[in-house]
Amino acid sequence: MMNADFFAALTLSLGHNAAVVVLGCAAFGLAAGLVGCFVLLRGRALIADVAAHATLPGVAAAFIGATALGLDPRNLWLLMAGGALSAALGALAVRAAAATRRVRDDAAMALVLSAGFGLGVVLMSVVQSLPTGGQAGLSHFILGQAAGLAEVEAQTLIGLALVASVIAVLLFNPLRVLCFDEAFAAASGLPVRALDLSLTALMLLVTVAGLRAVGLILVVALMVIPAVTARLLTERLSIMAPLAAALGAVSGWVGASFSAAAPGLPTGAVITVTACALFLIALTLSPTRGVVAAGLGRARMGYRIGRDHLLRGAWEELEQLRLGPDAPFATAAIAAAWGWSGPRSLIAVTALRAAGLVRPAHEPGFLRLTPAGIVAAQGVVRRHRVWELYLTRAGGVRAFAAHRGADLIEHTLPPDVEAEVEAWLASADPAIARLAVPPPVEGAPA
Amino acid sequence: MSVVEFMQLDLVPMLAAILACVTCGLLGTLLLLTRNSMMGDAISHAVLPGIAAGFWVTGTRASLPMLAGAMGAAVVAVVLIGLIRRLGRLEPGAAMGVVFSGLFALGLLMLVWSGADRVDLDIDCVLYGILETLIWPAAEGPASLIDPVALAALPEELWLLAGMFAVTLTCLLLFWKELRLAAFDPAFGAVIGFDPRPVRALLMLLIAAACVAAFWAVGSILVIAALIGPPAIARLLTERYAAQFLLAAAVGAAIATVGYLAAALVPAALGAAQGFNAAGMIAVMAGLGFALAAQLSPFRRGVVKQRRAAP
Repeated sequence: MMNADFFAALTLSLGHNAAVVVLGCAAFGLAAGLVGCFVLLRGRALIADVAAHATLPGVAAAFIGATALGLDPRNLWLLMAGGALSAALGALAVRAAAATRRVRDDAAMALVLSAGFGLGVVLMSVVQSLPTGGQAGLSHFILGQAAGLAEVEAQTLIGLALVASVIAVLLFNPLRVLCFDEAFAAASGLPVRALDLSLTALMLLVTVAGLRAVGLILVVALMVIPAVTARLLTERLSIMAPLAAALGAVSGWVGASFSAAAPGLPTGAVITVTACALFLIALTLSPTRGVVAAGLGRARMGYRIGRDHLLRGAWEELEQLRLGPDAPFATAAIAAAWGWSGPRSLIAVTALRAAGLVRPAHEPGFLRLTPAGIVAAQGVVRRHRVWELYLTRAGGVRAFAAHRGADLIEHTLPPDVEAEVEAWLASADPAIARLAVPPPVEGAPA
Repeated sequence: MSVVEFMQLDLVPMLAAILACVTCGLLGTLLLLTRNSMMGDAISHAVLPGIAAGFWVTGTRASLPMLAGAMGAAVVAVVLIGLIRRLGRLEPGAAMGVVFSGLFALGLLMLVWSGADRVDLDIDCVLYGILETLIWPAAEGPASLIDPVALAALPEELWLLAGMFAVTLTCLLLFWKELRLAAFDPAFGAVIGFDPRPVRALLMLLIAAACVAAFWAVGSILVIAALIGPPAIARLLTERYAAQFLLAAAVGAAIATVGYLAAALVPAALGAAQGFNAAGMIAVMAGLGFALAAQLSPFRRGVVKQRRAAP
């Protein structure tokens, strides 16, 4: 039953009113995602939250004032204007509190957020005692109730969201410069203060537009979460902005459909949880910044380090005992030298066997290098010694420190840098360049 | 209004508000000094799913599973914030915004799903607090204060708040030096081999627990006023570490008392049928107190310069 309603709402076939509401929330998500990118990159995520909370006293005061003047206290424009005014006052109050220089911005913001919301709560309790009563409508401004949205209210939401989106698109380039390099923006003659002010105005516009449908507590979530999600997926603002807008629109669409199917749920919370689900997917699967990608990268690096250490340890052991490159060597000594635990060395040995670089010798606890392993070990040892020599010769680093330094860098040394270093060594001292090649044959002096 | 009436209707809410604001003020001082004020905001929102889950398990309002759930949620929030900051290379504010709004929304939905038939834990409680419902009908006069039967009938939220206050005070006294070091000079701490992370973790857990305790008094959003208001006001008035804590506690008690009286007693004295919301009034008092202290502060801009110039 609820499922059927949800899919009907999702496909805009649950009735005309529900369709307008779903479209309104989607349009709001689009605008919030777009404006949110700039809010996020300008470092204004928290101040947006403060402004949103600070709308409550304005909304409640507008309701009380309208009642006192005999106007319709449920006029959405009036309530939104009150909310915008007090949100702007809240932003100014943060500045004033931070200007005392005794508390930092974050404390000033937390203080204004809670005091503003507290004033709103007090005014709400006044509204409740008004003879007109009917405070029920006002409490929707806190957590949002899209299901009860009248058609004209949903149309207002769509209109405001489109206005905000169009302005954001028109100001795209100047805002981009402002967000990434304020000093450059000022130097190239952009009106920085006016741009900053228009960004704040855009933020307030989105906030008050979303008040009735999404609620003031979670309106900032719709600005921040899609923008952060898009940020995880791309490095370019020209992709990030449309992506965030799309993610916001999808969250609004799906969330509002849920809320239409289950009118008891606070719409803001449903939309936010939807946006969070998208965020979690991106956080897990993002090819560049995801958890899975990071884990794979770390595992790959761990394998490379283990491989390099084991191969070099084997080669040095064989060298010291003046055995040939395909003679058996003991893994226990290598593990002890690197401080590996039993499981750690078992993993390293298993990985190298799987890669065909070593094979078991007849004696238990001993391994032999395969032909491919010999080539790889030569490369590893060579890289280590070339870098060691480079550090002592070119950097004047002492031998022991050079050994440590080479340990740290050899796993990530790109081949072209290695070639460059070798070329430098060859030009500086041909004898040294030859020494860098490890002596590979049986009986040769170490 | 008679004494009995005061004790039945107003004494417990007032005590609860004072305990909540003093406890939060002490913990908030550490947040303020470590420049983590918004972390308090984040945690106070993020504990909501933990509270909802704890309520789900036990069905009572002041319980250990609820505290455990809230601490778990706070740990999840802190870990997630760190993860998102690192992976997304984002400023802390953005990472916090994602985590706390997401967890708060989740908590709201959990409350609605689980609590549709339960009247004593609903969304209004999250938003406005339920100070007004903490009544003590067993009180029959000042003698009830030492009457074990009447005391046993006190709302359990009050005991939870008193317990949190005692735990906070004990931790503060036990880790006084360590907290000071973590707050003021982590670089020096690193030099002498002091790892600030356990102390910081303890602080976060304490704040999560205090958020649960204060949740019943002032709700989930206004608890930020109790956390940040008193220490910010105290910061305007003193430069000394110990004085900062004492002042924050005193300011916490003051805004709770004044806020409660202004909300509950003043309208009643004026003959209004219904009082204002007390939790909201306490938050307003925190804001007003800050504005007032900023005017009176001996450290406000210009004053220090004048004094230095005077001799």
